[in-house]
Amino acid sequence: MSPVVKRKGERFTLPSKYLLFILTILCTVMMLVTFGTNVFNRPFNRVVGYVIVPFEQGIAKAGEWLSNRSDELVQIRTLLAENSALKEQVASLTEENTLLQQDKYELNELRGLLELDEEYGDYNKIGARIISRDSGNWYSSFVIDKGSNDGLADDMNVIAGGGLVGRITSVGPNWSRVTSIISDNSNVSGMTLATGDNLIVSGDLQLMAQGVISFSKLVDSQDAVVEGDKVVTSDISDKYLPNILIGYISTINKDTNNLTKSGYLTPVVDFEHLSEVLVITDKKQQIPSGGNTDGK
Amino acid sequence: MENNSSILRKVIVTLFVVLCFILQCSVFNSLALGGIIPNLMIILTSSFGFMRGEKEGLLIGFFSGLLCDIFFGSFLGFYAMIMMYIGFINGKFCRIFYPEDIKLPLALIVVSDISYGLLCYILMFLLRGRFHFPYYFTRVILPEALYTIVVTIVLYPLILKVNQKLEEKEKRSAQKFVS
Repeated sequence: MSPVVKRKGERFTLPSKYLLFILTILCTVMMLVTFGTNVFNRPFNRVVGYVIVPFEQGIAKAGEWLSNRSDELVQIRTLLAENSALKEQVASLTEENTLLQQDKYELNELRGLLELDEEYGDYNKIGARIISRDSGNWYSSFVIDKGSNDGLADDMNVIAGGGLVGRITSVGPNWSRVTSIISDNSNVSGMTLATGDNLIVSGDLQLMAQGVISFSKLVDSQDAVVEGDKVVTSDISDKYLPNILIGYISTINKDTNNLTKSGYLTPVVDFEHLSEVLVITDKKQQIPSGGNTDGK
Repeated sequence: MENNSSILRKVIVTLFVVLCFILQCSVFNSLALGGIIPNLMIILTSSFGFMRGEKEGLLIGFFSGLLCDIFFGSFLGFYAMIMMYIGFINGKFCRIFYPEDIKLPLALIVVSDISYGLLCYILMFLLRGRFHFPYYFTRVILPEALYTIVVTIVLYPLILKVNQKLEEKEKRSAQKFVS
């Protein structure tokens, strides 16, 4: 079909059409195989773990150093102006603090009431640094600098700043991929903390710019759930540990079926400026106090 | 004979792929404009496609796509396949490519990036019932293409120069072999 091209590549033995055909079949087979299982993941993840990840770690470190230095410069310039502003802030913060302490007292009381005392304190956690982010613009996932060598495994939950970030979806020896809950392909089973109603929290690319994620399938016939309610991961989720804070409900709409409700939720985690995360190394099935999941 | 320079080419192209992937995932994520990052892998794949022909284009596309797959794909082979076809189709334009002309490369890269975006939308979003195409087109596909052109203007001359150096070297060693 294209003699010029072929003559140019004389030293090649295989015409490109056949190569394309073979690789297409290879891709299709890989897609079919890895759709359900992850047999190829192990060797591939190992290879890229040694080839790519060290560079990424280096760049992440350098980037951090640079941003720290630039931060320092900015800080020196603004330090004087900031100082006077801060003094004013101290006054207002003192007032706010008393309010917060009241809130904390209330929170402790409520937690005791809900028997949520253990919160995340009981889980074993490992800190990890984000070393690279998704190469495309469609989904939102990132790579952290800890992997199976540090005891991480698929489906471990990742938190930051007291809220749920996502879960690990792929593990290499020294890296793992975290798919965040704002990613368009992520669904989390959650529940409202106050009423215990279950709902599905799903990420949405369209809403990402507004800083919210959507929830749906909330059954709330008594209209007990209101805006501002806390949403945590539910007990019935098979990937997420129970009672990890996801966010606060910002809008509720009644669905057209009049049975369920859906709306938007403001996540507690600031996904834009995430640099370090905590990985909970306990998996759902391993928790002794996990209630129904215990038997599994 | 040619072996030496073809190994050099392989090493350099591999370095290019790895470097572009790392840059795209780390540096360009910090330089993201409105949450959009440019697609360096497309620039690399299509420029090697139209500079070197179908075979090189499809191989580079395959490997750079595979890299994206391993790190960020939900299953292997998806990006690899898309990128491979983009490289292959760009390779068809090898015959009308002249190094002095920058319009064809720019046009090809933009078209490649937009079709990559469209394919991603159709296969990953439309099939999951996300029908609001105008939003995704104006907020993801188009900005990505624009940002990619801007990066192309910087990156493409570099790729072109490296390729010309390599081709010179290959020609020299081929002549040595003949004489």
